[in-house]
Amino acid sequence: MRYIAFAFLLLLPVTALAVEPDEMLQDPVLEQRAREISRELRCVVCQNQDIDSSNAGVARDLRILVRERLVAGDSDKEVIAYIHARYGDYVLMRPPLNRVTLALWMAPFVFALVSLLVGWTVISRSRRRAAATGFSDDEKAEIARFIEENASKDGS
Amino acid sequence: MGRILAFIPLAIAAIFGGFFLWGLNPDRDPNNIPSVLISQPAPEFDLAAVDGLETPGLSRADLVGNPRPVIVNVFASWCVPCRAEHGVLTQMVEKDGLTLFGINYKDKPEDATKWLAELGNPYERIGSDLSGRVGIEWGLSGVPETFIVGSDGTVLFRYVGPVVGETAISTFREALIQAGALARGQNG
Repeated sequence: MRYIAFAFLLLLPVTALAVEPDEMLQDPVLEQRAREISRELRCVVCQNQDIDSSNAGVARDLRILVRERLVAGDSDKEVIAYIHARYGDYVLMRPPLNRVTLALWMAPFVFALVSLLVGWTVISRSRRRAAATGFSDDEKAEIARFIEENASKDGS
Repeated sequence: MGRILAFIPLAIAAIFGGFFLWGLNPDRDPNNIPSVLISQPAPEFDLAAVDGLETPGLSRADLVGNPRPVIVNVFASWCVPCRAEHGVLTQMVEKDGLTLFGINYKDKPEDATKWLAELGNPYERIGSDLSGRVGIEWGLSGVPETFIVGSDGTVLFRYVGPVVGETAISTFREALIQAGALARGQNG
């Protein structure tokens, strides 16, 4: 039983909390909003982490800044726009759709379309070839004659 | 139609090959974050002088109206690469006559004072950014970072990391020449 409990314990995701207690806001609703915004913002030092889980100094500063803006009455969008204005598209975990990111956003659809097109062409070609291997009326008649001749030979 | 289909694998190989060629280019730095500040007016800020240092503080107003573009260097005494960079910047001030401003980032005033007393102080003005808030205004990701600001207060260039070593220095000097702060052929 103890082993099973231990095994379940191992299954728990180990998430190191980067947000330090002194950063947190008293208001649980604001704090929850701050956490959600923090997950949308990339840490500029360790670029595969959001600032919510990063221990970098700048990430901490940005977390505090996010909370300050929230306390000052900014909406979630305004807070993100504030940081976006200073750090650019790179700071957003979800890249916005614009001229530079067009290829990134459109690539899946283009790939899907191209693969559908190729698949469709291949299938329709193999169908046409199947139709082409059918016999013409003359050939059918010849085959029928051939079978008849041979059948009569066998019979004799 | 069959001919076109036969070329599809080749086309796919060419597209992926081109992508890999681009990705494997040793000059491409995927960690390089393009600064949104380039060609934008420098951010608004007003920093007091470092406590105990005679060098005056730095604000945005000091960046505007200089006869030539200026260098703004973000440094800290706790930052080891800054120490290496310090000599390069000092040379630029002493030999090339460039104007160097400093932002002392998240540094204890006494440490900064000691550091500058030891290495020398090439900075014309130094603003003390204790909270790191002005660093965020500049879109800072770490120290050192060095900016070139035009006479009208426009940010012309940003260098992330220490301006140390031949490649970095020549990149930075080229940027200074482009900015008009340095004449071509002027040797440091």
